[in-house]
Amino acid sequence: MNFNILRIVILICFTWSSLVSAKSDAQFDKLVAKLPTSNFKSLAPLLDKIALSDDPRSSELLGRLSQGDVYFVPSSKQVLYMAKDAQGTRTYTDVITTQAIDTPQGRLKKVRVNNYIRTLIQQLQAQQNLNNPDKVIRLSAAKEILRDVDSIYTETLNKRLAKEDDEEIIDILDVIVALKQLKSGDENQLDDSLTVLKGSLEPDVRATLMNELNAIDKHSASSIKDIQRVLDTIDRKRKWYGYVENIFFGLSLGSVLLLAAIGLAITFGVMGVINMAHGEMIMLGAYTTYVVQQLFPDLLTYSLFIAVPAAFLVSGLVGIIIERCVIQFLKGRPLETLLATFGVSLILQQLVRTVFSPLNRQVASPEWMSGSWQINPALSVTFNRLYIILFSLSVFFALLVFLKKSSLGLHVRAVAQNREMAKALSIKSNWVDAATFGLGSGIAGIAGVVLSQLTNVGPNLGQAYIIDSFLVVVFGGVGNLWGALVSAMSLGILNKFLEPLTGPVMASILVLVGLVFFIQKRPQGLFPKKGRAE
Amino acid sequence: MMMNWFSTSLRRVCLTLILTGVYVVIANVVFPEGSIFHVSSYTVNLLGKYLCYALLALSLDLVWGYCGIMSLGHGAFFALGGYAMGMYLMRQIGDRGVYGNPILPDFMVFLDWSSLPWFWSGTDSFIWTLFLVMAVPGVLAFIFGVMAFRSKVSGVYLSIMTQAMTYALMLAFFRNEMGFGGNNGLTDFKDILGFSLQSNNTRLVLFMLTVITLLVAYYVCDKIVTCKAGKVVLGIRDSERRVSFVGYNTVSFKVFLFTFSAILAGIAGALYVPQVGIINPGEFSPINSIEIVIWVAIGGRGTLYGAIVGALVVSFAKSKLTGLMPEAWLFALGGLFVLVTLFMPKGIVGLINNPEARQALINKLSLRLARKKGA
Amino acid sequence: MNYPKPDTTHGVILYMEDVSVSFDGFKALNNLNLYINDGELRCLIGANGAGKTTLMDVITGMTRPDAGTVNFGQNIDLLKLNQEQIARYGIGRKFQKPTVFEALTVYENLYLSLHMDKRLWATLLHKLSGEQRDDIDQVLETIGLVSMRNRYAGELSHGQKQWLEIGMLLAAKPRLLLVDEPAAGLTVQEVERTAELLTSLAGEHSVVVVEHDMSFVRSIAKTVTVLHQGSVLAEGSMDYVQSHPEVKRVYLGEEGV
Repeated sequence: MNFNILRIVILICFTWSSLVSAKSDAQFDKLVAKLPTSNFKSLAPLLDKIALSDDPRSSELLGRLSQGDVYFVPSSKQVLYMAKDAQGTRTYTDVITTQAIDTPQGRLKKVRVNNYIRTLIQQLQAQQNLNNPDKVIRLSAAKEILRDVDSIYTETLNKRLAKEDDEEIIDILDVIVALKQLKSGDENQLDDSLTVLKGSLEPDVRATLMNELNAIDKHSASSIKDIQRVLDTIDRKRKWYGYVENIFFGLSLGSVLLLAAIGLAITFGVMGVINMAHGEMIMLGAYTTYVVQQLFPDLLTYSLFIAVPAAFLVSGLVGIIIERCVIQFLKGRPLETLLATFGVSLILQQLVRTVFSPLNRQVASPEWMSGSWQINPALSVTFNRLYIILFSLSVFFALLVFLKKSSLGLHVRAVAQNREMAKALSIKSNWVDAATFGLGSGIAGIAGVVLSQLTNVGPNLGQAYIIDSFLVVVFGGVGNLWGALVSAMSLGILNKFLEPLTGPVMASILVLVGLVFFIQKRPQGLFPKKGRAE
Repeated sequence: MMMNWFSTSLRRVCLTLILTGVYVVIANVVFPEGSIFHVSSYTVNLLGKYLCYALLALSLDLVWGYCGIMSLGHGAFFALGGYAMGMYLMRQIGDRGVYGNPILPDFMVFLDWSSLPWFWSGTDSFIWTLFLVMAVPGVLAFIFGVMAFRSKVSGVYLSIMTQAMTYALMLAFFRNEMGFGGNNGLTDFKDILGFSLQSNNTRLVLFMLTVITLLVAYYVCDKIVTCKAGKVVLGIRDSERRVSFVGYNTVSFKVFLFTFSAILAGIAGALYVPQVGIINPGEFSPINSIEIVIWVAIGGRGTLYGAIVGALVVSFAKSKLTGLMPEAWLFALGGLFVLVTLFMPKGIVGLINNPEARQALINKLSLRLARKKGA
Repeated sequence: MNYPKPDTTHGVILYMEDVSVSFDGFKALNNLNLYINDGELRCLIGANGAGKTTLMDVITGMTRPDAGTVNFGQNIDLLKLNQEQIARYGIGRKFQKPTVFEALTVYENLYLSLHMDKRLWATLLHKLSGEQRDDIDQVLETIGLVSMRNRYAGELSHGQKQWLEIGMLLAAKPRLLLVDEPAAGLTVQEVERTAELLTSLAGEHSVVVVEHDMSFVRSIAKTVTVLHQGSVLAEGSMDYVQSHPEVKRVYLGEEGV
């Protein structure tokens, strides 16, 4: 008995649903038939109806329309798609039957669209996509609608909200509803609307709130106050996330500085030598990345993994050559070493100019480096910066472990602390110097690979970094890697916080001047070596 | 008697300078063009420029050669002096600029400024300009010197700090808001004290002024390094700690020398600008400062005339070489840095004056060659 | 340029009381008390790390003590002065490694060290007076470098540099001379000459000598102070110190004491 009732219900459902679909079929066909006779003015409401028909064929029609692929036969009013393949062969498809058809007789006419229609189509597609089974498409559609909430009817929204199960999309749809409520000027809905909006960081929400704030004739004075309060809350939150983002940018700048500086920290700490060609080691690393990409154009995805060791080797080798040919003869004469290495830097720059031309070279970023991680509407973290922070920290710790554990590291530290004593213990200080210099320069080369992902690669790339690197080393305290880490990160963050206040140029000037003052006060840096006065 | 008088380097240099100056002027004015004795106005101008460099080199040698302060900021002091003079020359243009504004220089009109910034006030007075030329680099050097030397910043630290200062100034002067013409700097000068800068006579006078200034500067520097304070300074170069145990306040000596040297550099810049007709932020670039160091190193630091010789030789070589092969100049300059520091620590003057140094260089070179062959 | 003279009415030129200095927890000086009499020649001995050099650093203003007082005479608080001022008040120091100005001549070295106004402008405008020439000549005589007066200091032998440095101290007419290991690296003849020089200085000047070489100490010293772990262990004549049981215990088997 019960069973029978169930059966009947199922049957009715089936019939009804097929009826509905049949109805929509017929409606779609009718609407399409009107296309040939429409003009720009009548096209808009027509497309609106087509989109609302919920017909599976409508989405393709809209898409092809905005691409300009929809034609009709003037005599029969048959509407069809035209597609052209690479050879220029044309194929035709009927819009209603979606069957391929032979080349129709006579001249075809295009269903013309203008920019206004194209925008409309975009909005309509977004609304349609709200029903797409794919979550990602639904999400981006919701964000698209958020940009212009007037493009969607509240009923459509509510229908979708009832069916939607994804939290993130529900949130956005809620915000859209709230915005529509706000814009309607209905005082009864204002409280609900503002409660929702308070939690949103979307820039569009903020813009709408700002607009409504000025619409004095629409809202009462007390409502305006409420809106203002919500706006303040949002601004406070956005500001806070702005700080977080600044710190992140600062850290990423700091990690570039760190990579650029630790090489110098090693050579300066161990040998007491300022290598003015250090910046050029960075530049060589960047050019190595460029060459690697030129040599293996197919391996772009892996190019950085090849470039890092290659740059380490290239810059490291050049460093060792410089040490053997110049610096070892200038032991104990730091000022002369500074001069001579400056000469080397000029030569290297000119060499690169001659070989690669003085113009900047574009180094491509692999796909996995691009894109960003959108944590919330006010805060996103670009992958390249995130990877750079992680990468430079891992280089830093690898170096730290290397200096602690390896025998070369032990020798390097021994020579750094007491050269004469190390010699007496039959450590070959010459060999240690060369290896140290190679190591420092090699790390500079790695810094170059990283820089190539952030800026243009040109012969002057390194110049900007030599002073910065030196300041990092001095600020942190010579011969102290941890100091270099702290100082690089704090200089990076300081820079990023000053920039919005003073502009980037003024920010670097201020940092420079500040450091000059700092070094007057604490010539030994943040973390000085302690001991008896010499 | 005559030989005796000629024996000190001070007199030798002064005489050479006077003779050269007089000869160049006579050769330019008296001998007609085409005569083999004629010196063209272009050459006079070029020589004037080189002598400004010589003055600049002299100022650096005073602190580096005698006191061990390798300043990489002298390019900045030079440029500051130049800018001070440039401001005066801009004001001299008056309403003959492109926009015809009687007070504001063209670039300010272009930036829609309505009045002169405060630091431009008084720059139409030549006397005030002369004061600025010396005071601006002098005060900067004084403040920097007091701070740096009091906290015992020295050696490479000091060099890099001065370079950072120069770099910061360069960034600042590139900005339009600074009020110094931004990127383009100050240029299109017309007159100085009412005399046209284009006229041959003005240029001759400027050249002679440069010669005279160099002479006076050389004399004063020589007096400083030979007097007792000069000995103290030499002592500071070799062992600062010892000097303070003898009872001298080394900071005051270093600050004095550094400030005086910066003022000289500023004067050099002020003489340079009217002769080349432009001053822009490029003059602040770190490579300019370090080029001065190489002039002194090549000439021979620790001897005042060595600095002059170095500036003249390198500048001359530079203009020849950049004319022939523009690409090669940076290679040559870079090579010079390396070779001079490795093989000629006392510079050209050291080689000429000292047969032992000459022999040492030959030995060193042949040793290197032998080692290479052996390897 | 009128610096007050140290008040030595009680016959003592240097008072160091309860002086402590520590580096990173290591006590270089530990409640040290030391008095130097006016005009005496005092030798300081002690093992490495006993605090000899730190003591000199404290007197000359290179290291500031954590606690204690250091007075020059009864009236001058040295802890309030910097290195140059201390030098101008009349305390001269000779370092372990001879540091003379190698780029200057012997004569110029002494000229710089002369007792006179050493401020910048006075130095810039200074002309040597006849009296000052005599002073320099007399010092040259004392240190035995008359024939070397126009040679560069860099060309002198190690011993000659040591003497020149002592000469530079003399030229400054100090009340108190601190001399760090004057016999190190000298030949036997040079050591004898140095010993003579130092003993001749006592009386007019007070001299404190730090030395490792025991025979040298024996040849010059009337009073010896033994430092151990940053404080005074024993003080008295050479014989007294050598028979002191504590000293014996600490130095057992060391340096022939």
